[in-house]
Amino acid sequence: MNELVMQPLSQSLSIAAPELTLALGLMSLLMLGVFRGDRSLVGLTWGAVIIYIIAGLSLVNDPASRFAFDGLYVADNFSAFLKVIIFAAAGVCSVIALPYLKRARSDKFEYPVIIMLAALGMSMMVSAADLLSLYVGLELQSLAAYVLAAFHRNEARSSEAGLKYFVLGALASGILLYGISLVYGFSGTTSFAVLGPLLGAGSSIGLTIGLVFILAGLAFKVSAVPFHMWTPDVYQGAPTPVAAFFASAPKAAAMGLLVRVSMEAFGGIADQWQQVVAFAAVASMILGAVGAIGQTSIKRLLAYSSINNIGFALIGLASATADGISGVLFYMAVYLAMTIGAFLVVLSLRDADGRLLDEMNALSGLSRSRPGMALALAIFMFSLAGIPPLLGFWPKFSVFNAAIASEHYVLAVIGVVTSVVGAFYYLRVVKLAYFDEPLGVLAPQESRINGAVMAVAAIFCSPIGMLAIGPIVRAAQSASVSMLSF
Amino acid sequence: MIGLEHYLTVAAILFVLGVLGIALNRKNVIVILMSVELILLAVNINLVAFSSFLGDLTGQIFAMFVLTVAAGEAAIGLAILVLYFRNRGTIAVDQINQMKG
Repeated sequence: MNELVMQPLSQSLSIAAPELTLALGLMSLLMLGVFRGDRSLVGLTWGAVIIYIIAGLSLVNDPASRFAFDGLYVADNFSAFLKVIIFAAAGVCSVIALPYLKRARSDKFEYPVIIMLAALGMSMMVSAADLLSLYVGLELQSLAAYVLAAFHRNEARSSEAGLKYFVLGALASGILLYGISLVYGFSGTTSFAVLGPLLGAGSSIGLTIGLVFILAGLAFKVSAVPFHMWTPDVYQGAPTPVAAFFASAPKAAAMGLLVRVSMEAFGGIADQWQQVVAFAAVASMILGAVGAIGQTSIKRLLAYSSINNIGFALIGLASATADGISGVLFYMAVYLAMTIGAFLVVLSLRDADGRLLDEMNALSGLSRSRPGMALALAIFMFSLAGIPPLLGFWPKFSVFNAAIASEHYVLAVIGVVTSVVGAFYYLRVVKLAYFDEPLGVLAPQESRINGAVMAVAAIFCSPIGMLAIGPIVRAAQSASVSMLSF
Repeated sequence: MIGLEHYLTVAAILFVLGVLGIALNRKNVIVILMSVELILLAVNINLVAFSSFLGDLTGQIFAMFVLTVAAGEAAIGLAILVLYFRNRGTIAVDQINQMKG
C-alpha cells in the first residue's frame, strides 16, 4: 500500500458517495428521532427510504479511479450490484415492519436508524478491498444486527435471540480476526490487491491456516453449515420483520464479501479454499433440507430454507469461475425476493385477536380464507423449491451449470438430490394451505403497503419474472467480470 | 532472547483458552464476555508482534481498530445481557434454552 501515491481526499469522498449518503442520512434521522420522539417512526422510515434511493442513485457516477482511501475501498460493478439489492432489501424491511412494530408496541424510532446502520456496514463489506475495511464493515453490520435481534425489549425470546446471536457472532468475529492476524503476519500485507499476486507466487502453511480461520468466520455470517446453529434460534426469537431482514440483506452482503475475499485476495490458492467451500456447500444443502422436515414453526422452517439456499449459492463460488460468480449474484438477487415474500406471508398471519401466528398449522386452509395470500405463498414455496417455470429455478440452474462446466459433478448431483428433499417440506406448506381444513379465523391484511410488496414479490417470482432474467444476468456477468479483472 | 515465536505461542494459548471458555462454560454469560475479550486480546498480541517483526505499521493500526470495536462490542453485549436478565431473572448459560430444535 505504501507505493501508492496519496489520493486527494475529495476524490475518495466522491467514490464513496453511497456510504457517505447513508452515514450522513442516518445521523440526521437519528437527530430528528431524538428530538421528535417515537411518534416520528413513520416519517423517519419514509425518510430512510428516500435516503436509500439517493444512495442508490449515487452508485451511478463513473469515478476516475475504482479505489478510494488509498486502496481500502473499491467501487466496481460487483459492489454496485450487491449494493442495489442491499439498499432495496433494507428499505423494504424498514417499511414492512411498520404495522408490526405498532401492534407489538415496539414502535421505537430507532428501528429504521439501526437498519440503516446495518446497511452502511453491509455496503462497506461489499466494497472492502483490504482486511481492515472488511473487519470494520463486518462489525458495523453485526453490532447493528445484535441490537435488532433483541429489539423487542420486553420479550424474553427476543432478548434470548439477541444474546445467542451476540455470543456466537462475537466468537465468529474473533476467529475471523485471528485468521486475519495470521494472514497479515505471513504475507506482510492486508490489501487484497497485494495479497492476490503474492499468493499466486507461492503460499505457506501459516497463510493456509489463516485462510481457513477467515473462511470459518465468514461462513458464520452467511450461516453455512458447520457454523449455522444460531440461524433457527435467532430467526425464531427475533421480531419477524427483523428475521426477514436477517434472511435477506446481510446474507447477500456476507456472500459478496466471501466471494471477493476468496477470488481477489486468495484467488492464487483457489484449490485450497475450493475444498472448504465445496464441503460447506454440500453440508449446508443436506442439513438445510433435512433439518427443515420436522419443524413446526414457520420461521424456523424459513431459517433452514435459508441455510439450504446458501448451500446452493456456495456451489457457484466453489466452481471459482466467472460464470459461477455471476451465478452466485443472480442467486442472491432472486433469493432475496423469495425470502422477503415468504416472511411477508408470515407477517400477515394473525389470529382474530391480532396475535402473530408462527405455527405451521396456522397456514391450514389459507386458500379458503385468504386466496390471494395462499397463491403468493404457493408461488414463493414452489420458487424456493426450484420448480421450473418459476423464477427460483433459473439461479439454481445457473449455479449447477457453472459447477458442471468446472467439472464439480458431485456438487451438482448432490445439489439436485437435496433440492428434491427440500421440495418435500416446501410442498408440505402448500399442501397445508390448499388441502387442509381451516383451523381458526385469520385477521385481514392490515397494511395495503405490505400487501402490495407481497404482490410485487410474487409477480417477480412467478413466470412473469422471467422477463427480468435477462437484465439481472447481464448485470451479474458484468459485475463478476469487473471483479475478476482486478 | 524472546522472539516472534514466543509471542505467537502466548497468543495461540490465549486464543484457545478464549474459545474453550465459550465452549465449555456452563455457568455464566459474563464469563463468555470475558472469553471474547481474551480472544480479541490474543489477536492484538499477534498483530503487534507481527507488526514489530515485519517493521510494518499496519498491524499496530489494525490493533487500534480492534480495540475500538471490542469496546463497542462489549457495550452492546452487556446491554443485551441486562435486557435478558430483566426478562428472565437469570444469566445462567444452561437456562438459555427457550428455543430449541
